[in-house]
Amino acid sequence: MKLYEYEARQIFEEYKIHVPKWGLASNAEEALKIAKEISFPVVVKAQVLVGGRGKAGGIKFANNEEELINVTNSILNLTIKGERVSKVIISKYLDIKQELFLSLIMDRTARKPLILASREGGIDIEQIAKEDPKKVLRIHVNPLIGLQDFIIRKIEDFFSLKNIKSIVYALYEIFTKYDCELAEINPLGITNNNEIYAIDAKIIIDDSALYRQNKFGERIDRELNEFEMIARESGFSYVEHDGDIGIISNGAGLTMTTMDIVQYYGGRPANFLDIGGGADAEIVYKALLIQLKHPRAKSIFINILGGITRCDEVAKGIIKALNEIKTNKKIVVRMKGTNEEIGKKMLNEVGIFTYDEMEEAAKEVVRT
Amino acid sequence: MAILIDNNTKVLVQGITGKQGSFHTKLMLEYGTKILAGVTPGKAGQYVHGVPVFNSVFDALEKFPEINTSIVFVPASFATDAIFEAIEANIKLIVVITERIPMHDAAKFVNYARIKGTIIIGPNCPGVISPPYSKVGIMPAHVFKEGRIGIISRSGTLTYEIAYKISKANLGISTAVGIGGDAIIGTDFIEIYEMFLKDKDTDAIVLIGEIGGDLEERFATYYSSLKNKKPVVAFIAGKSAPEGKRMGHAGAIISMGMGSAKEKIEAFNKVGIKVADKPDEIPKLLYEELKR
Repeated sequence: MKLYEYEARQIFEEYKIHVPKWGLASNAEEALKIAKEISFPVVVKAQVLVGGRGKAGGIKFANNEEELINVTNSILNLTIKGERVSKVIISKYLDIKQELFLSLIMDRTARKPLILASREGGIDIEQIAKEDPKKVLRIHVNPLIGLQDFIIRKIEDFFSLKNIKSIVYALYEIFTKYDCELAEINPLGITNNNEIYAIDAKIIIDDSALYRQNKFGERIDRELNEFEMIARESGFSYVEHDGDIGIISNGAGLTMTTMDIVQYYGGRPANFLDIGGGADAEIVYKALLIQLKHPRAKSIFINILGGITRCDEVAKGIIKALNEIKTNKKIVVRMKGTNEEIGKKMLNEVGIFTYDEMEEAAKEVVRT
Repeated sequence: MAILIDNNTKVLVQGITGKQGSFHTKLMLEYGTKILAGVTPGKAGQYVHGVPVFNSVFDALEKFPEINTSIVFVPASFATDAIFEAIEANIKLIVVITERIPMHDAAKFVNYARIKGTIIIGPNCPGVISPPYSKVGIMPAHVFKEGRIGIISRSGTLTYEIAYKISKANLGISTAVGIGGDAIIGTDFIEIYEMFLKDKDTDAIVLIGEIGGDLEERFATYYSSLKNKKPVVAFIAGKSAPEGKRMGHAGAIISMGMGSAKEKIEAFNKVGIKVADKPDEIPKLLYEELKR
């Protein structure tokens, strides 16, 4: 879960990382009040979760009251990649002589936290790393030992800076305390007085750790549609796609493969709906309702490999949904595994033919 | 005979009194897995399907020192403690079924296990099966016929699908290992493949990958550097997955333009590993590789 910049700034301040003086505003009046307190010039920054806000006109400078009002109003009118801007940060503009990059991520390859540092800040770090790997310092931290001074010395040497220690420790503290997938300062600004400021703040919290990171309310970077909402409430993994074949399957890998195979035979999935392991009739019923109501899903492909999931329960759920909603949509069912004979018989009795193999079923569902 | 688990595998079930733990204890016992004890703190003295329950791993091992494997069903918020306890008690193979363990916790117990020489399979995995000897996992056993093909997979049900197809084609499985769908996992493709290389009962390996991370790419690099190898046939799930969306598994996400199915398939092709377009092509590719 990504945090807003203002939330990440609050955490930075809590851990004594210097950020430029700032305030949060949701209209021009509030913005003006903050700007007067911190004095001009200021930067106005859209608070959104999507990336690329700078390019979309979501970050602008203001030297006086008139500019501030114009800039604030224009940013608060923006919708950036589908996300409406409702708040802005008003931040003191600082004269920066050098911009650096400092980040901590959980490196899945090494299974350890990884510090990334670069003398070039404010830019796309992946791009820099690809073009010239020497420009990026990479140091792993053993999570059992934690951050140690020998690592700090390497970063100091790399940056040719001496006063970086407290900020790196603070960032590591934040990274572990808040269960971060990523905690990043980009750019890290050095002023003419050699003071170090976090000019931007980015934090992504591990979704699996949210049960113990309940300080922040759940947020989504855009409004969920009706189907995403129902899927979420029902505990399904659900991802919207752009095609016309609704997909229901059990298990993430099998559901992805069901989508892939539809695509292989020339079809296009409308969505990804994983009912998970051990689903009963009620769960299948709820999943099928989503597909029956989905306007883009012209046909529906149910692919179940029964193990702990019982095919008779799946059939029961399908029949319940079809009794409730009369449909002209083509429904293709593949079921194999536990109690498949009973499940198939139940479906055949209501006129639904079933397949043994997912490839055969996929061919049928894409056939018009 | 087989890798990781066999006739000599003696199992402890952590979280045995929970719904999942108790249900799968029954299925594993029916398969013939030797389950000696279970652990749920505070539930000592109870029995689950005839298996005695202890308060701690240490108590269980005092009574049954021959236990050499643990399977963990403990809920995510208590799982890390359970796994550390098993590592500290010197159990050398720990299979973690639990989903949604925070990645910072996983990084800690995975790194600690490496220091202690403990093998962790998972988290968020279906477990391990060596038909017909032992099953330490939650997979439906009937699709895993005994045979000479090894499976290494990041997925659950997709593994069952492919095992079913392999079994139907009269090939069968030596051992199938679900390594887990999380971003941080204990054991990867390379490490399991090395075990299969040493196993005289495995002739070829099926590697089931998916989008996200670089496990497949790293395996390809490793494979090309090997002098003596056993044939590999691969399958990658998520060719149609949109970028930036998590596809069910915590680790299944294409992010910052990395981890797409296309890149993984290219990496395999480059080092001569055949990649099946659909699951039903896997048996045919296996027969071809075995003939060579």
